[in-house]
Amino acid sequence: MAEWRRIPPRYRGWVPLLVAVPLAVTYPFYVTGLPTNIPVILTLPTVHDSVTILVFVVMAVGLNVVVGYAGLLDLGYVAFYAIGAYTAGWLASGQFQQINFHFGAVGVNSSETGIHISVWLVLLLAGVVTAIGGILIGLPTLRLRGDYLAIVTLGFGEIIPQFVRNGDDLHGFDLTHGTFGISPIDAPGFGQTLHNAVGLPVRYDNSFPPTPDRLFFWTVLGILLLTVFCSMRLRDSRLGRAWIAIREDETAAGAMGIPLMRTKTWAYAIGAFFGGIAGAYVATFNSGAFPSQFDFNISIFLLCMVILGGMGSIWGVVLAGTILAWLNVEGLANIGSWLNSNVFPSSHQIDVPKYEFGIYGIIIVLMMLFRPIGLIPERRRKREIEEGSLGPLDEPLYEMRGADEPGAGERGESERIPRG
Amino acid sequence: MGGLAATFVIVAAFGALVNSTIEFVAYRRLRNAPRLAVLITAVGMSFIVENISLGIYDVNAHSIPPLISSANIFTIGGVHYSWDAFFVILVTAPVLVLLTWLVKSTRQGKSMRATSQDPEAAAIMGIDVNRTISFAFALAGALAGVGAVLFLVEFNIRYDTGFQLGLIAFTAAVLGGIGNLSGAVVGALLIGLIQAFNEGLSWFAPGSDWTRSLVFAILIAILVFRPEGLLGERTPEGA
Repeated sequence: MAEWRRIPPRYRGWVPLLVAVPLAVTYPFYVTGLPTNIPVILTLPTVHDSVTILVFVVMAVGLNVVVGYAGLLDLGYVAFYAIGAYTAGWLASGQFQQINFHFGAVGVNSSETGIHISVWLVLLLAGVVTAIGGILIGLPTLRLRGDYLAIVTLGFGEIIPQFVRNGDDLHGFDLTHGTFGISPIDAPGFGQTLHNAVGLPVRYDNSFPPTPDRLFFWTVLGILLLTVFCSMRLRDSRLGRAWIAIREDETAAGAMGIPLMRTKTWAYAIGAFFGGIAGAYVATFNSGAFPSQFDFNISIFLLCMVILGGMGSIWGVVLAGTILAWLNVEGLANIGSWLNSNVFPSSHQIDVPKYEFGIYGIIIVLMMLFRPIGLIPERRRKREIEEGSLGPLDEPLYEMRGADEPGAGERGESERIPRG
Repeated sequence: MGGLAATFVIVAAFGALVNSTIEFVAYRRLRNAPRLAVLITAVGMSFIVENISLGIYDVNAHSIPPLISSANIFTIGGVHYSWDAFFVILVTAPVLVLLTWLVKSTRQGKSMRATSQDPEAAAIMGIDVNRTISFAFALAGALAGVGAVLFLVEFNIRYDTGFQLGLIAFTAAVLGGIGNLSGAVVGALLIGLIQAFNEGLSWFAPGSDWTRSLVFAILIAILVFRPEGLLGERTPEGA
C-alpha cells in the first residue's frame, strides 16, 4: 500500500468516491454481463430495482439531517415521502379533472385535463411543499423533547397515510383517489427543443432503448449526489454546527444563544425537503402514488439505515442505505432462496423476507449496543460516544477535541466552534 | 374461576419475565448512553418481539375460548351490558388500587419514584437502581399481560396487535398525565369513549376510517397545549 501513503491524507477521503461514482454511472452497461449465480446474494440488482434503492438512499440521507445532525428522533419520516409523492400526483397527472393547466410538461397532449407541470419543476415544488409540511409539523412539536417528539412524529407518520387513504371523499371532493392512488403520473423529459439541440431524451419512456430505467437511474444518481453534496455543505455550515451543538447538549446550545426552535425547525424542513423530492421522484418513476407505499415500517427502515451507517455520517448512511434498500428490494428474497436451497433442509424452509423487519430490529439493537457509532463513524460523533463511555465530562468539550487530534487543525476544526 | 385466575397469573408472570429480560439484555447497557440510544433500541426491540410472535403464530388472527360468559347483566332500551364487559372493570379497579398503594406507600414504590427523579442521587441514598428499574419493567410487563388477557376476552389478536394498542396506551397515559395512575385510567376511558363515539355515531363523526388519525390528533394536541396531561403535574420533559 505504498501508493496509498503517497496520497496526501486530506485527499484520501476522495479516493473511494472517485472509484464509486464512475462504477455507479456505468452500472447499467455492465450489470447485464454480471453472473447470476453469485453465492448467497445470487444477483446484483437490476437497473429498475437500483432506482428504487437509490431513492431510499436519498431519503436516508435526508433523515440523517434530522436524526444524525440535529439528534431529533423522527419516527414518521414516511409522512414526508407521502406528501412528496402526492404533490407530484396533484401537479403532474389528470387527478383534478375540473382543471386544465399545462406548464412545460412533455409528452402530454394539451387537451388532457388535470394539472400537468414539468416534472423537474414538480420535483422542486414537491420538495418545497414537503418542507412547508415539515415546518407545520415541526412548529407545534419541536418544543417537546426526546420520547414525546418521537411519539408525535410517529403519530404524524400514521395520520398522513390514513389521510391519503381516506382522502377520496372530503365532503364529496376527491383529493387523493383513496386506496387506488393517483395514477398515471407524467414522466420526466426534456422536450423536443432540447432533444434537437443537445440530444437529451424527449421523455423518459420506451422511445429510449432498451427501457427508460437507465434514464431514471442516472437521474436519481444525480439527485443523490446533489443531496449528499448539500448535506455535506450543510453539516459544515453555521446551521449544521448549531444542529450538532443541539444534539450534543440542547441546554448548553441554548445558553450559547442558538435559537433552538428555529434551528430545529430548519432541520425538519431540510430533512422533509429531501424526503419530498424522493417521494415525488418515486411517484413519477412508478407513474403513480399509492397509499400502500407509505407504511409506518418505512420510517423504521430508513431509521435503520441511519443507525447502521452511523448517525451523522453521510457516507455511512449512503453505504448502509444501499445495502438495506437492496435487501428490501430483492436481497432478502435472494438470500432466502439461497439459504433454502443450500442450508435449510427441505422440511424446514424459511420465508426470509417475511421476517424483514425483525432483521432490521436485530440490526438496530445490535448496532446500538455494540457499535453505536455505525459502520463508518462520523468523526465528531465517534469522539462524543467514546467520551460518554468514559464517564462524566470534566473537561471543556471543544478545546479537548481540537487540541490533541492530529490533522484536526488543518481542516479548521478549532475554528468551527459554534459562535452562537 | 380457578382456570381464569391461573391464566392471569401465568400471563402476567410471563409478561414480567419478558420485559425484565429485555431490560436486562438491551437497556441496562445503555444506562449512561444518550437518551436517543435507548429510544432507538426500544423501537428495534419492539420489532424483534413482534417478529418472534410472527414466527410462532404467523399472520392469522387468534382468539381464545370464552373465559367469561357474555350473557347480559342488564339491558336498558337497546343497550346491553354483558358480564365480560363488566369483568374489565372488575379487574381494573383492584389493579389500580393495588398499584397506587405499591407506588405511594411501599418502600419499593418510593425507590421507584426516587430513581425516576434522579438515578444518581437515588444510588447515593442506597437504592439499588438496577434492581428498582428491573422491578419497574417487570411490573409493566405483568400489567401488559393482564391487559392482554382482558383484550383477548373480547377481541382477536394478531402478532402486531400490540403495536397499535401500545400507541393507544401511550396516548391514554399522556392524556391523563404521565406518572399519574388514575390519570392513565381516566385517559384510557376517554380515548375509548372517543373511539366508540367516532365509530358508532353516524352523524357529525368522521367514522372508523379516521379513528387512528383522531387518536393521534388528540395526542398531538395534548402534548402541544397541555403536556402535563389532564391530571398530571408539569415535568421537565414536557414544555
